Amino acid sequence: MLYALLCYHDEDFVGSWSKEQDAAVMSKLSVVQDRLKKEGRLGPVARLLPTTAATTLRKDDPPLVLDGPYAETKEQLLGFYIIDCENLDAAVDVARELGAANPGGAYEIRPVGLFEPGGKAK
Amino acid sequence: MTDTAWIDAALTSARPQAVGALLRYFRNLDTAEEAFQNACLRALKSWPHNGPPRDPAAWLIMVGRNAAIDDVRRSHKQEALPDDAVISDLDDAEEELADRLDGSHYRDDILRLLFICCHPDLPATQQIALALRIVSGLSVKQIARAFLVSEPAMEQRITRAKAKVANAGVPFETPGAVERSERLAAVAAMIYLIFNEGYSASGETSEIRKPLCEEAIRLARLLLRLFQSEPEIMGLAALLLLQHARAAARFDASGELILLDDQDRTLWNQKLIAEGAALIDKAIRHHRSGPYQVQAAIAALHSRAAKPEDTDWAQIDLLYGALELMQPSPVVTLNRAVAVSKVRGPEAALQMIEPLAERLSNYFHYFGVRGAFLMQLGRNEEARVAFDRAIALANTSAEAAHIRMHLDRLIRDSQPSATTATKK
Repeated sequence: MLYALLCYHDEDFVGSWSKEQDAAVMSKLSVVQDRLKKEGRLGPVARLLPTTAATTLRKDDPPLVLDGPYAETKEQLLGFYIIDCENLDAAVDVARELGAANPGGAYEIRPVGLFEPGGKAK
Repeated sequence: MTDTAWIDAALTSARPQAVGALLRYFRNLDTAEEAFQNACLRALKSWPHNGPPRDPAAWLIMVGRNAAIDDVRRSHKQEALPDDAVISDLDDAEEELADRLDGSHYRDDILRLLFICCHPDLPATQQIALALRIVSGLSVKQIARAFLVSEPAMEQRITRAKAKVANAGVPFETPGAVERSERLAAVAAMIYLIFNEGYSASGETSEIRKPLCEEAIRLARLLLRLFQSEPEIMGLAALLLLQHARAAARFDASGELILLDDQDRTLWNQKLIAEGAALIDKAIRHHRSGPYQVQAAIAALHSRAAKPEDTDWAQIDLLYGALELMQPSPVVTLNRAVAVSKVRGPEAALQMIEPLAERLSNYFHYFGVRGAFLMQLGRNEEARVAFDRAIALANTSAEAAHIRMHLDRLIRDSQPSATTATKK
């Protein structure tokens, strides 16, 4: 069974780490990641850019594009995509297309800051 | 992270919201600050044992408010403060408080806190010092160091600024839409000033003042989280991120400024560039352009060029043209002329800056740029005159050194025999 771990934390708090504090946390995490990778259990890992860089497409009819992260709590996170796009416009277009195929709910579009494709997790 | 490091980080990130809310309660900056300090002291005692509260800002607001009210009571009745056992018992109360904290209030709390720092009566340096003290929570010592003045002098500057703000009366009513957008513009300008204090430093002071750039970015991100749909705030944050991304490449080992063309672009921080580019990308979709967005777009074009010759100067020329319309200024025209020199040649660029001569007659960069255009045109004697003037006007030793490099080249080029003679 593959499991996705979705990382939640207080962005204000993480954002106020100094560069050294940030690097220290990342290096502690990489110890765990390296072990998982060696065991062939690590899939893609991504660190997202701050929520200030986020855009949300509400899959209403017609779809509504809003600035900022997805903030509602009535819906739950059910999955995610990683897509390669020229710019935000192109990413919003993909989200619209997906939204048309599966209306309701929303897509939050967040640029990926750090992407590690990882090994093949079985 | 060590225990104290996470507590420091939590206190720093909660500060604007907590001080902003305490200011709303007490309507007095000193009381609000004292209350926050008290709450921090109690946090340092309580959090290592009890773990971090779920909402540190809410905890600090409540503890700070209670402590201040206790202070008032104590001064009236000489009552003792409640002991720490009472304080560590806050977990239940916290939940209730979190409900009572009106989410919409806190946005205006933080904006108000930032806004009172940029009171128009305060000179720019006082605005910045006040914001760094009150909003960012830097110590007087840290601020004094960044401004290269003594601690007592900075203390005095901040005290004066506070007195002025207190006398001016703080606007406590919830702002209307127009008022809010005016406040936002003033605050954005102040954040840009803070950034520039750090960015314009050079030589040995550049490292000391770098925290100012980092703090400005933190404040810009904070503002953007509060006002997510404001393209100019996206532009501001993007501009700061894109400029700061070049920090590691801007100075050589001896602290001399390295121009964009000569920077080692592999030292640029790609993480900051990615964030800045994402923000400007997002802002452009609003089709509500503004000076920060245009400047950020220019910075983004520079950051996209792996080599200086890859720079899209034609696009930069157009963007500076747009900026000239929004914010007519001889300095903007001067910057545009640099782009024009790359697209249409030094002759066209020189023509563009001729009309600025009078208004920029005391501006270092005008003569530096003019000298460079003249040099490219082979008008070496005129170039030398311009460079001499630039050196006389240089603000920093790095600026002067940079122009001297041009002058040396001019002298070398015009006297090839002399150079050969000394070598023999």
